[in-house]
Amino acid sequence: MKILVCISHVPDTTSKINFTDDNTQFDTNGVQFVINPNDEFGLTRAMWFKEKQNASVDVVTVGGAEVEPTLRKALAIGADQAIRVDTPAVDGYAVAKELADVVKNGGYDLVIAGRESIDYNGGMVPGMVAAMTGSSFVNTCISLEIDGDTATATREIDGGKETVKASLPLVIGGQKGLVEESDLRIPNMRGIMMARKKPLDVKAPVGASTETSTVSFEKPAPKGEVTLVDADNLDKLIDLLHNEAKAI
Amino acid sequence: MSVLVYTESENGAFKKTAYEVASYAKGIADMLGTDVAAISFNATDAGELGTYGVSKLHNVKEAKLDKFNAGAYADAIAQAAKAEDAKVIVISSSADSKYLGSLLSVHLDAGYVSNVVALPSSADPFTVKRSVFTNKAFSNTQISTDRKLVGLSKNAYGLKENPTDCTVVDFAPSFNDDDFKVEVQSVDKATDKVTIADAEVVVSAGRGMKGPENWAMIEELADVLGAATACSKPVSDMGWRPHGEHVGQTGKPVASNLYIAIGISGAIQHLAGINSSKVKVVINTDPEAPFFKAADYGVVGDAFEVVPALIEKLKAFKAANA
Repeated sequence: MKILVCISHVPDTTSKINFTDDNTQFDTNGVQFVINPNDEFGLTRAMWFKEKQNASVDVVTVGGAEVEPTLRKALAIGADQAIRVDTPAVDGYAVAKELADVVKNGGYDLVIAGRESIDYNGGMVPGMVAAMTGSSFVNTCISLEIDGDTATATREIDGGKETVKASLPLVIGGQKGLVEESDLRIPNMRGIMMARKKPLDVKAPVGASTETSTVSFEKPAPKGEVTLVDADNLDKLIDLLHNEAKAI
Repeated sequence: MSVLVYTESENGAFKKTAYEVASYAKGIADMLGTDVAAISFNATDAGELGTYGVSKLHNVKEAKLDKFNAGAYADAIAQAAKAEDAKVIVISSSADSKYLGSLLSVHLDAGYVSNVVALPSSADPFTVKRSVFTNKAFSNTQISTDRKLVGLSKNAYGLKENPTDCTVVDFAPSFNDDDFKVEVQSVDKATDKVTIADAEVVVSAGRGMKGPENWAMIEELADVLGAATACSKPVSDMGWRPHGEHVGQTGKPVASNLYIAIGISGAIQHLAGINSSKVKVVINTDPEAPFFKAADYGVVGDAFEVVPALIEKLKAFKAANA
C-alpha cells in the first residue's frame, strides 16, 4: 500500500499572531513552525501501517524552501521520502490542485491529511483533493483500518461517532483520536541522522490558479476588564448573567 | 438567479443553524437584489424557513439519504445551484457542512470560504470576513470565481426575521454510484445529550477538577443550564473525558452564548477555541490564571465549593423564573 501524508507547515499553537505590511502579511518574526497537529496524528497512523502492513509512506508539502525543516522532521519520524511542491501555499484550492497532481502521478492508495490546518482553518484541502482525484473521502476521521482495498473508518459527528466503509483509493481528513496523543512520535537521534539521507524531491508546480485571496487581516477588538464576583455572593453572578449579559 | 442555502435538518426537522444560514442568505440576497432558495434532504415540512426569508425550498425526498452522505448531498446541492442559477451558495460551518463543502466547491468550480463571520463587505469584488488562526485573527477574503460558496460560522450572524411565503417543491436530483462510495455502517450517538456544536451554553472543566470521579457536579450544572459538557486538552489526554469534549485549537471550537470554564487556567490554545463564545465565566482558585483576562465574569474560589452552591442558586433562580 502506498500512502501519502499531506503535511501543513504551521505556526506553533502557542504563537502570538501579528501582521505586517499594512496588515496584509502574516508576521513570521519569532514564530516557530511545526507539523500541523492534525497532520501529525495522520503521520503517526501512517507509521503504524508501514510497520504492521508494510506500507510505504511519502510526505508532501506545498511551499518554499522554508518548509523543508518540517518535511525533514516528518522523515525523521519515519516517512520514506518527501516531496515539496515549489510554490507558495496561497489558497486552499491551489494547494489541493497541486496535491492532486502529486496523488495522480504517484499512484497512492491512501492519502492522509489533517481535517484542517491550524493557521487558516479552511478545512477544504482534503475533500478537494478527493474530488479532484475521484477518490473516496472520509472527514473528521478518528479511526482507520485497511484490509485489502477496503477501509473501515470511524469519524466524529456532532454528539457521537459514525463508522463507514469505503473502497481505496481513499482520502481522509484526520484528527486527534486517529492515534492517541501519547503515541505521537518524537524524532530520535537515529531518525534525525537517517532523515538527512532520505530523498526530498522538489517538484515544479502545475501552476494552479487561485480562487480566493486575502485582502487584509485584522485582530479582534481588545477585551474589557473581567467583572469579579465574590464566591460568597453567587446571586450577584446569576443577576449579572441574567440582566446584564442576557445569557441565562 | 437566487442565493441558494443548504438548510440542515435532523429527523425531518430543521436545526436552529438552518434558520441562521437562511437569515444570512437573505442578507446577501438583499445586497444582490434577489431571492433565497433553500435545499434540504427529507425535511417533513418547510418549518420556519419562510420566517427567515426563504421563498422556495427544494426538498429532496430520498430514503437512501436519511443518514448524512457528503458525496450525494454535495452532488444534489450542486444540481440545485445550477437549476437556480445561484451565484452564491451558503452553508454552515458545521462538521457535516464542512465535509460536503469542499466536494461541492469542486463540483461547482466555486471559490469556497469557510468560518465566515459577517455579511460581505462588498458584493463586487465579493469580499467576506472569516476567522483564521483559530479565532486569534480575521481575514478579509475575496472570492474571484463566478460562483461563490460561503460557510457561515455558528452564532456569528444570529436569527433575523424576514417573513416571506415559502413554497415547497420536490427536487429529484440524479445520483451516480460515486456518490455512495462511502457507506455508513453504524451510528453511535447519545441522543439525550446536548452537543457542543448545538449548545447555547457550554460548561467546561479542566485539571482543577482533580479526577474524572468529580465530574458529576459538572454534569449536574450542565443539566440545570441545559448545557453541553466540555473539557480542556489535558483532561481528554488523560482519558478523564472523551476526545469529542476537548475544546481548543486542536479540539473543538465553541461558539456558544455562554461558556463557563471551571478549573481551567486558560492556555492560549484553549482560549483560541472559545474566542467566538459571547459571554465567558471563569471559576478558578488562582486569581492569576490567564483565563481571567479573557473572561467577562470571574469567581476566584474552589470549584468544589463554588459549583455546588451555584447549582443550588441556579435551581432556585429557574424555579422563580419558570
